[in-house]
Amino acid sequence: MTVTLNKTKLALAMAGVLSSAAFSAYAAEDVQKGGTAIIHMNSEQRILNPALRASTGVYNITGKIMEPLIDKSYDGYVPVLATEWSGSEDGKTITLKLREGVKWHDGKDFTCDDVSFSAIELWKKLLNYSSSLQANLESVDCPDPHTAVFNYSKPMPLALFVAAMPDLGHPVPKHLFEGTDILKNEYNTAPVGTGPFKFVEYERGQYVMAEKNENYWREGYPYLDRIVWRFMTDKSAAAAALEAGEVHESGFIGVSMADIERLGKDDRFTVGTQGYENNVAHSTVEFNHRNPILADLKVRQAMYHGLDIDYAIKTIMRGFAKPGRGPVPSAGGDNYTDQVTTYAYDPELAKKMLDEAGYPVKDDGFRFHLRHRPAPWGEYTQLWAEYYAQAMKEIGIDVELLTNDAPGFLNGVYRDHDFDTANGWHQFRSDPAVSTTVWLRSGQPEGSPWTNQFGWKSDEMDKLIDDAASELDPAKRAEMYHEIQARSMNELPVIFAIEHPFISVTSNKLHNHHNNPRWNSSSWYDLWLEQ
Amino acid sequence: MTLHMPPILAYALRRFAQAIPVIILIMIGTFLLLKLAPGDTIDALVGDMGGADAAFIDRLRAEYGLDQPVWVQLWRYMVKLASFDFGWSFVYEQPVSTVLMERLGTTLLLMATSLSIAFTAGIALGAIAARRAYSLTDNLISVLGLVFYATPSFFLSLMLMLVFSVKLGWLPVGGIKTIAAFYTGWDHVWDVVRHLIMPTAALSLIYLAFYLRLMRASVMEVADLDYVRTARAKGAGEGRLMIHHIMRNALLPVVTLLGLQFSTVLGGSIVVETIFSLPGLGQLAYKSVVQRDLNTLMGIIFLCAIIVVVVNFLTDLLYARLDSRIELK
Repeated sequence: MTVTLNKTKLALAMAGVLSSAAFSAYAAEDVQKGGTAIIHMNSEQRILNPALRASTGVYNITGKIMEPLIDKSYDGYVPVLATEWSGSEDGKTITLKLREGVKWHDGKDFTCDDVSFSAIELWKKLLNYSSSLQANLESVDCPDPHTAVFNYSKPMPLALFVAAMPDLGHPVPKHLFEGTDILKNEYNTAPVGTGPFKFVEYERGQYVMAEKNENYWREGYPYLDRIVWRFMTDKSAAAAALEAGEVHESGFIGVSMADIERLGKDDRFTVGTQGYENNVAHSTVEFNHRNPILADLKVRQAMYHGLDIDYAIKTIMRGFAKPGRGPVPSAGGDNYTDQVTTYAYDPELAKKMLDEAGYPVKDDGFRFHLRHRPAPWGEYTQLWAEYYAQAMKEIGIDVELLTNDAPGFLNGVYRDHDFDTANGWHQFRSDPAVSTTVWLRSGQPEGSPWTNQFGWKSDEMDKLIDDAASELDPAKRAEMYHEIQARSMNELPVIFAIEHPFISVTSNKLHNHHNNPRWNSSSWYDLWLEQ
Repeated sequence: MTLHMPPILAYALRRFAQAIPVIILIMIGTFLLLKLAPGDTIDALVGDMGGADAAFIDRLRAEYGLDQPVWVQLWRYMVKLASFDFGWSFVYEQPVSTVLMERLGTTLLLMATSLSIAFTAGIALGAIAARRAYSLTDNLISVLGLVFYATPSFFLSLMLMLVFSVKLGWLPVGGIKTIAAFYTGWDHVWDVVRHLIMPTAALSLIYLAFYLRLMRASVMEVADLDYVRTARAKGAGEGRLMIHHIMRNALLPVVTLLGLQFSTVLGGSIVVETIFSLPGLGQLAYKSVVQRDLNTLMGIIFLCAIIVVVVNFLTDLLYARLDSRIELK
C-alpha cells in the first residue's frame, strides 16, 4: 500500500497517544490558540444527532459537539465519557464507570441517567445498526450517578460492545429529550453535548458553526475558537476553495481523484489516508445468485481471475488501496486474516474455467450477457464498474452498465433484485458483527440495503455468524471470523475486491490533524490552526 | 398610450383564472413523474447514512407516510396545497415554506441581476453592432457573442473561479457571505456583492449572447422598413431615429425571448448555484431531486410555475406598452 503519509508524523502521533502528557509538552511550545477551522463537506446532513443517525457525515460535525463513551486511538480504545469498563463472566452484564464533573453545554450534569435513557430510547430503538446490536439489551441500571450497568438477555461480547461504542455510543441529554417525540426533537438539528465545541447555528444549504466550549472537562482545551463546516456539492469548487485558502480540510474523498493527485504534490497540503484506519470500505462485486449462471461457483471464480485488481488499484485509487481478502478488512485487527484463497489475475485461466463450466463463446462473440448496476458512491465505484465491464469483455462476458442514482441503485439491487451483478461499497465498522456479517447471513429482510440480498444461503456460514456474535472469548471469536473469511473467499458469495480507506486533503496550516484512526469523526480537542 | 384600469384588471383576472388549471395540471404531472423515479427519500437517506437495518427503514417510511398508495399520497398533497400548505421537508426537518422562503431571495437576486445585465448589455451591444453592420466593431461584438453563446455555464464558472479566486485571489470561491466574518451593515452588503460577481457573470453571459444576436438581427430588419425611411425623409436625427423608431419596434422579439427565457434562467441557476454553493432555489432543487425530497421539490415547482405565469403576464403588458396596436383582451 503506497500511502503518502509522513512516517515521522505518524510516529509522533503514535507517541502522542501513548503518552498524552509527553504529547502536550511537545505541542505546548508552539501551539497557537484561537482561529476558525473551515471544513469542507460534500453533502448536507439531515440530522445532527449521532444517537439517531450512525453515519460518518454526521460524526464529522457532531463528533466535536457530542462525545461517545469510548473512543479509539492508535493505541486502542480510550476512555471519554466512560472511564472504565468490564464484563461479567456470563457476558450478560457490562458495567461502565462514567466520568465525573462533566457538564452538558446547557450546564446540567452528565450522569448515568443520560446513558440509560440514550441506550434504551435511542440506541436500542432508533439508531441504525445499533438497534440490531442492542437488540438483546434489557435495561441499563444506575446504582449511582456515575455507574451504568447494561443488562443483556443473551451474552454480549465485551470486545464487540467496546468496539461499537466510538460510533454507536453517543449519549444525549435526557432532560432535553425525555417526554418528547425523539425523532422530531429540535435538538436533533441543534445538538447539545459535552464536547469541546458548542453548537452555534446551522444555515441550511450553507454551513454549520460551532464555537469553543469554555467549560470543557479536558483542562486547557480546545485550542480553536470556532469550527465551520461548509457544504459544497461541486468537487471542483471544493478543490478551488482549498487552493484559495477558504477551506482547511476536505475529508472522505471530498474532491476528485485528479485533484487529490495534484494537491498531493502541492506543499501547502497534506494528502493521505491517515486517520481513516477505522473507516475502511471494500469495493465489491455483488452477484445475483438467482441467475443460474452466476450460481455456478466456477463462473464466479473465473470472473475473479479475470479481474486485474492491482491495475485497478493503481489507476482508479491512485495507489491508495490494497487487494481485499474477504469480508473483514486488514483494519479489523485480530479478526482479520490473510490466510485465505486468492485469485490471481489470469485471463487465460478464466477463459478455460468458463469453457469447462459450460459457457463457451457463442456466435455473437460472448459467452453470456450480464446486467450490471454500479453504485453512485463517487468516483471509485463508477470507475470500478467501468473497469469490471471492460475486464469481463476480455474473457468473453458482455456486461451492460445500468447507471442509476442512490435510490435507484438501492432499490434495483437490494429490494427489486433487478440485476445480475452490482458493485458498491461494504463499509467496515470496527467489528464484523456490526455491519459486515449481514452481507453473508441469509434471511435478511427484503429491501434492507447492504445486506445479503443476493439469494445466497449457506447453513454453515449462518451458524458461524450467529456463534461468533455471542462468543465471549476474543481468541475463539477471532478464529471464527477467520473461518468466515476463508469460507467467503472459497465460495465467493460476494467479491470483496479492494480495500480502501478514505483520503483527505488538509491544509498544512492545521496541526494535530489525523492523529487517531477515526479522526474526522473524533472531537478535535487538540486541533490547532497556524495563523 | 392610454390604458384604463378596468380592461387591464379584467385581463389580469382572466389570465389568473386560466393559470389555475395549468398549475394544477403541472403539480399533478410532476407528482406522478417524481413517483416514477426509482426509490424515495428513505432510500436516499439510508444511502447518505451508509446503511440501516430493515426495521429502521420501515419505521421511517411509515412516519413519512410513504407506505401509502401513490393516489392517497397525491390526494393528501393536493388537499394540503389547496390551503397553501406545502408540507414538511424530511431532508431539512422544517416546513417546506420556511425552506423555500430562505432560498427565494438569493435566487431572485441572482436572476434579477443576471437578466438585467444580460438584457441591457445585450440590447445595447446588439443595437451598436447592427448600426455598424459588417464593420470591425460589429465583427468584434458578434464574435464575442458567439464565444459567450458557445461556452457552457459550468465551464465558465470553473474558469472564472480558477482565474479570480485561485490565481488572483480577488473574489471568494463560493457561498453567499464570508462565514465567521460576522460583517454587518454596508460591509455585509459589499461582502454579498463580492460573492455574487462570478455567479452573475457566469449566468448572464450566455443570455447576453442571446439578446445580442436577436437584437442585432431585429434592428437590421427594422432599419430597412418604410416608416424608418419616411422618418429619415422627414428629417429625424440619427439618435431620435434609433431610439424612437427603430429600437422600440426592434425590442418586441427580444421581449418575447425575455419572457420565455425567464424559466430557463431558473434552470441555468441550478448549475451556477451548485458550483458556487449559493443557497438558492436552484441548488435546493438539485439536492431535492438527489435526495427525493418530494415535498420540497413540489414546492419549488409550484413557486416556479407561479413566477413564470406572472412574468408572462408582465411580458404581455409590456407588449401592449411597446406596440400600441396590440390590445389586451
